[in-house]
Amino acid sequence: MIFLRRQLPLLITMITGLLFAGQYYVPHPASEQLLTSATKWLQIIGGFALVLGVTSLFHQHAAKIRRKEAGWGYSLVLYAGMLGTIGVGLWANGKESVDGAMTAFGWVYSFMMVPLQGTMFAILAFFIASAAYRSFRARSREAAVLLIAAVIVMMGRVPLGEYLIPLSGDVSQWILNVLNASVRRAILIGVSLGAVALSFKIIFGVERSYLGGSKE
Amino acid sequence: MAVKRGTSYIKRARIVKALWSLFLSTFTCVWFGSLAFAQASLTPPADLQVIDTPNDGGESLTLIWAPHALDGPEARYQILLGDAGATDPASLKTIAEFLANTRFVKEVKASWWTRRGEKTWHQYVIRGGKDIELSNGTAYTLTVAILKGDERAVGQLIQATPAPNWFNWNQLNNLILVLSFGGLVFYTISHAKRNEIFLRRIPGLDAVDEAIGRATELGKPILYLTGAHDMGDPSTIAAAVILGRVAKRVAAYETELMVPHREPITMAVCQEITKQAYLEAGKPDLFKEDSNFFITSDQFSYTAAVDGIMLRKQPAANFFMGAYFAESLLLTETGASTGAIQIAGTDSDHQLPFFVTTCDYTLIGEELYAASAYLSKEPIQIGTLRGQDIGKAVILSVILIGTVSATIGVVTGAQWPYLFLDLFKDLK
Repeated sequence: MIFLRRQLPLLITMITGLLFAGQYYVPHPASEQLLTSATKWLQIIGGFALVLGVTSLFHQHAAKIRRKEAGWGYSLVLYAGMLGTIGVGLWANGKESVDGAMTAFGWVYSFMMVPLQGTMFAILAFFIASAAYRSFRARSREAAVLLIAAVIVMMGRVPLGEYLIPLSGDVSQWILNVLNASVRRAILIGVSLGAVALSFKIIFGVERSYLGGSKE
Repeated sequence: MAVKRGTSYIKRARIVKALWSLFLSTFTCVWFGSLAFAQASLTPPADLQVIDTPNDGGESLTLIWAPHALDGPEARYQILLGDAGATDPASLKTIAEFLANTRFVKEVKASWWTRRGEKTWHQYVIRGGKDIELSNGTAYTLTVAILKGDERAVGQLIQATPAPNWFNWNQLNNLILVLSFGGLVFYTISHAKRNEIFLRRIPGLDAVDEAIGRATELGKPILYLTGAHDMGDPSTIAAAVILGRVAKRVAAYETELMVPHREPITMAVCQEITKQAYLEAGKPDLFKEDSNFFITSDQFSYTAAVDGIMLRKQPAANFFMGAYFAESLLLTETGASTGAIQIAGTDSDHQLPFFVTTCDYTLIGEELYAASAYLSKEPIQIGTLRGQDIGKAVILSVILIGTVSATIGVVTGAQWPYLFLDLFKDLK
C-alpha cells in the first residue's frame, strides 16, 4: 500500500521528470512526438478532471441551498446559469452560429459572458485608482520615491503629460528601461533558480509534500 | 594639279582605311579580351559544402561556401536543388535567390563550438516545407550559382541527405550549467545536514502564524488561493507545498480553511495535501472534503466568485500564492477592503507591484520557492536555498565578467571575449 501511495508516484515523477528534462535537448522527431503525446494525455486527463471539478462545484452549491446558507440565492443563480448554458449548448450542438445566424448558445456567450467579463475587467481601472491613492501617499521616504517615479512615468505615458513636461517621456522611458528592467531581471534570475531547484527537489524526491505528507 | 590632288586623296583614303582597320582590330581585341576576362572573373562559388543541418529535427540541409571576389550588392547567389544523381545544373530547381553580400555564417544563431565555417563564409539553410520537399533519408543534389548581370557561374554539384539529430549541441552549455547547478544543490543539501545554515528572516512568512492566530481569535475563516496555473507550473507546486504547512497550523488552531480553485487537478492534489496536514496535526476529524472546491477555469468568473466569497464570508486572512494575471488587483483590493490580513507570494513579476501595494506582506519571486524551507526549517530544504544563493553569486560574476569582456571585445576588436560570452548565451 505504501508502495502505491508513496514510492510509485515518486518513481513515476522521477522517470517522467528526467525524461522530459532530457527531451528539451533532443531535437529528434521521436522526442517531439513524445512531448505531443504527453500533452494530449494531459489534455485527456484534464477533461476527466473537469468532471471532478464540476461535481465539486455542484456539490458545494447544493449543500449551500440545502442548508440555506447566507447567499444561497447566488447558488440557485449558478445552477440556473450552468444548466441553462449546458441546455442551449447541447441544443445548438456546441456551435455559436449556424449559416451566419447566431444560435442561443452564441447569444449566451456574446451577450452574457463577454459583457460580464468586460465588466469585471473594467472594474480594474477603479481598483488601480484606489490602490494607487493608498500606496502613493508619501508617508515614508520609500513611498515618496514611489510617488515621484509614478508621477513621472504617468506623465511620460500620456500625450498630455508629455506635452506639458516634454522631458517626462525620456525620463519615463529611462525609468522603465533601466531601473525597472534591471530589477525585473534580478527577480527573474532568482525565480528561475528557485524553479530549477524546486524541480530538482521534486524529480529526486527531496520535496514530497505535494503528494500529501512529509518525509515518511 | 588634278593628278597631285588625286594622289593625295588616294593617300588620305589609304591612311583613313589603315587607321579604321587599326581601330577595328584594337576594338575587337579589347572587346574579346574583356569578355574573356569577365568570363574568367565569374568563377563559381568555391569550397562549397552541403551537410545535413546539425542539431535539428531533420528535413533540412545546410550549404556553406567561401566568400567570392564579387560579393556585393551587384551580384546574387542562387540555391539550386534537385533529385539525387542529377549531373546537369539545368535540371536543378532554383529555390532561393539573394544578394551576394548577405547570408553569412556569423548571422546564424549558433555558438562557436557548433559553427561549421569561418564567420565570413556564406551559409544557407534549406528547410522542408510547403514549397520545398525535403525528406529524411532521401539524397538530394544541391549547388550554389553566382549571378552578375547576365552571367552565371554554377558551383560544384554535391549530394546530401537530411537526417534528424539526437542531441542539440547548441544547448550543451545549458545542459552543463543545469547539471552543475543540480550538483551544487545536492552538495549544499548534504552540507546543510551536517552544518547549521543561517536563514534570513522573511517577514511575509513570519506573519503566517499571526494571520492564522488572528483568524482564530476572530472566529473567521482563512482564504487560500493557489494561482492561475496548473500543477505543471513550479509556482503552483510551491503554492501547494505552502498550503500543506498553512493547513497544518490551521488544523492545530481549529480554524476554517477555504481553498477555491481554478483547476480541477490542482484541487485534487490540494485536497490530498490538506487531508494529510490535518492528519499530521492530529485533527483528522476536522478535515472537510469541501474545504478545497472548484469554481471555474475562466479568469474573471473566478475573480468575481472569489470577490463574492471575500465580501460574504469576510475571511480574516487571505493568502495569494502562485501565478497571477490581471485578476491580482481585483482580488487583493477587494480583500483589503474587508480588512483581512493579506499575504501574497508570486513569481509573476508583472503583478508584483499590485501585490506590494495592496497586501500586508509579499513574497517576492524566489521567496515563494523558499517558503517551504522557511516554514519547515528542515536542513534538506534549507540546503537548497544555499545552493540557489551560490547560483546567484555565479550569475552575478558572469554578468560582471561578461560586461567587461564584451566591452574589451568591442573596443579592441578581439575575438577571444566571444569564446567566453557564447558559453552563457541563449541559456533559456
